[in-house]
Amino acid sequence: MTSVVRLSSTVVVTGFLLAAVWTLGVVVVGGCTTRRPVIAVDGSSTLYPISEALAEEFRDFGLAHVTVGVSGTGGGFRKFCRGDVALIGASRPIRPSEASDCLAHDRDYIELPIAYDGIAVVVHRSNTWVDALTVDELRRIWSPRTGTDERVERWSDLRPGWPARTIRLYGPGLDSGTYDYFTKAIVGSEGASRADYTSSEDDNMLVRGVAHDPDALAFFGLAYYAENRDKLRLIAIDDNDDSNGVGPVAPSLETIRSGSYQPLTRPIFIYADKVQSRRPEVRAFVNYYLERGPRIASEIGYVPLPFDAYVSVRHDFWSGLGGSRFGGQGSTIGVSVEQLLAHSERGRPDKAMAPATW
Amino acid sequence: MADTPTSRRERTFERLLLACASVSVATTLAIVLVLVIETLRFFAEVPLLRFVTDVEWRPRFAEPSFGIWPLVLGTCLTTVVALAVAAPLGLLSAVYLVEYASNRVRRILRPTLDLLAAVPTIVYGYFALAVINPFLQGIIPGLATYNPLSPGIAIGIMITPLVSSLGSDAIDAVPENLREAAYALGASRLATIVNVVLPGAATAIGGAVLLGVSRAMGETMIVAVAGGQQPRLSLDLRIPIETMTAFIVRAAEGDTPAGTLAYRTLFAVGTTLFLMTFTTNLIARRLMRRSRLA
Repeated sequence: MTSVVRLSSTVVVTGFLLAAVWTLGVVVVGGCTTRRPVIAVDGSSTLYPISEALAEEFRDFGLAHVTVGVSGTGGGFRKFCRGDVALIGASRPIRPSEASDCLAHDRDYIELPIAYDGIAVVVHRSNTWVDALTVDELRRIWSPRTGTDERVERWSDLRPGWPARTIRLYGPGLDSGTYDYFTKAIVGSEGASRADYTSSEDDNMLVRGVAHDPDALAFFGLAYYAENRDKLRLIAIDDNDDSNGVGPVAPSLETIRSGSYQPLTRPIFIYADKVQSRRPEVRAFVNYYLERGPRIASEIGYVPLPFDAYVSVRHDFWSGLGGSRFGGQGSTIGVSVEQLLAHSERGRPDKAMAPATW
Repeated sequence: MADTPTSRRERTFERLLLACASVSVATTLAIVLVLVIETLRFFAEVPLLRFVTDVEWRPRFAEPSFGIWPLVLGTCLTTVVALAVAAPLGLLSAVYLVEYASNRVRRILRPTLDLLAAVPTIVYGYFALAVINPFLQGIIPGLATYNPLSPGIAIGIMITPLVSSLGSDAIDAVPENLREAAYALGASRLATIVNVVLPGAATAIGGAVLLGVSRAMGETMIVAVAGGQQPRLSLDLRIPIETMTAFIVRAAEGDTPAGTLAYRTLFAVGTTLFLMTFTTNLIARRLMRRSRLA
């Protein structure tokens, strides 16, 4: 009996101690963080390296705490339209279904192009047989299996003389804008592809997969190739259209800027919530994004837009120009800078959106 | 027995204990309830027949297909590999600990073995990916980066302490006089273990192994990290697969809004997994109980 009493009193005392420590922890930690507002950023893994770098720099100003998630462009738009996040990275323009979802939630957005990206098609370092692939060959590899089509399972199914080993495919998951764009550009419509490939929203997992698999073929944003160029081999792509570069073209700063790496060059965006953009800290962060983003983008392997373009993109943000320049049609192939900027408004900027220092 | 302060305290204490115990029951019931409701909603949209007759699992592609078998097979592959590692390793170490080890060795070895169970599963996942797999790639040609083999081995290592400690309980439970009778008949130590102790403990050992199986089937982090994300109906251990748990992780990785079909597939897969582990657990418990009665 006494031992039970002693035991229970020990339990009670321990419980009180734990509760006290917890309360103290909440007070201390809460005191440090609650003073700063939180800006939630999410979306594409292609934009993630830029957003994360900027979020870290921005934290140092002490204006706000920026959290960056990676749920893919599709997952990002779902959260964005529900109002869970203020800003998302998108590696393709908004789709009709997403536009109507945002409309249903009464959410207006500002579409801001950040840079150009080339989707890199890569193989293992030891793969010496593939130097270039045509768009048609890529389509035959990735198109959905409908039963009647010829199946490309092995390298030798593509070109005689290549090894008779199974091609192991790695690619972004279904929430990814890179996947949407790739299927649209290569197969012909968004989301149409074979299902038996290793997919992940985490591009680093794909890099790891290819880096250790001699029969692998993968695609993802160019930045992830640039970061791992010692482990991967980049494949040149031939679109059989000599007007934008003759023969196979590999993605690089020059070929992406000149538009000759087609059809896998695409603009990447951030989408800002129009209402949340009126919060001073969100406004400051988006301004900072447009100011510093191009620099970061080019450091990690993307191609910035021309300088003038950012002037009008910033202008779009300050004037709160809503809607999408692609009419909410999702992935659009071969977009030039002129087309990107055709949407821009050259009116009087909204004073409320401009940075204080301007 | 009047209403003395002592008896009142007793009763309060008893009620407190009852409340604590019922929390687990209530939680289990709530989980089952949610699983059943969402799964029924799933089968309202996708006929059960397609779930069990389709041979492809691609629920979110342009032309969806809802065959559960690739995921079940993925889970079975990793579990079989894990079992191939954990059953011999666990049982042999159990035999050693009970029959051979001196008290001092046992005092050191047992906690060390149990330490394996304390390693976080994410660590095992990256251990499989960064250590086991490169090693295996040197031996097995054509082994992909992600495959059921290396996470299976990691799961096997992880559940070895479980199998070993339940197994040694089973071996311990074999009455001492049976061993002495065998020795009296002139049997060697090895002959006694093989012919008397292990057969005597067989049912309980079966239970121990099955509990390990159920743990291996539900293992999530290791297969999500090292198993690949590619549901496939193939017995090839060298290529990427996807287990049921890894699918749930991946599907929840992006953003799956409640109320959509994609969201309900999570519950359908979860229910299938739950049924599998539940059945294995049930059989394991029954085996262990039966051995105790004998």
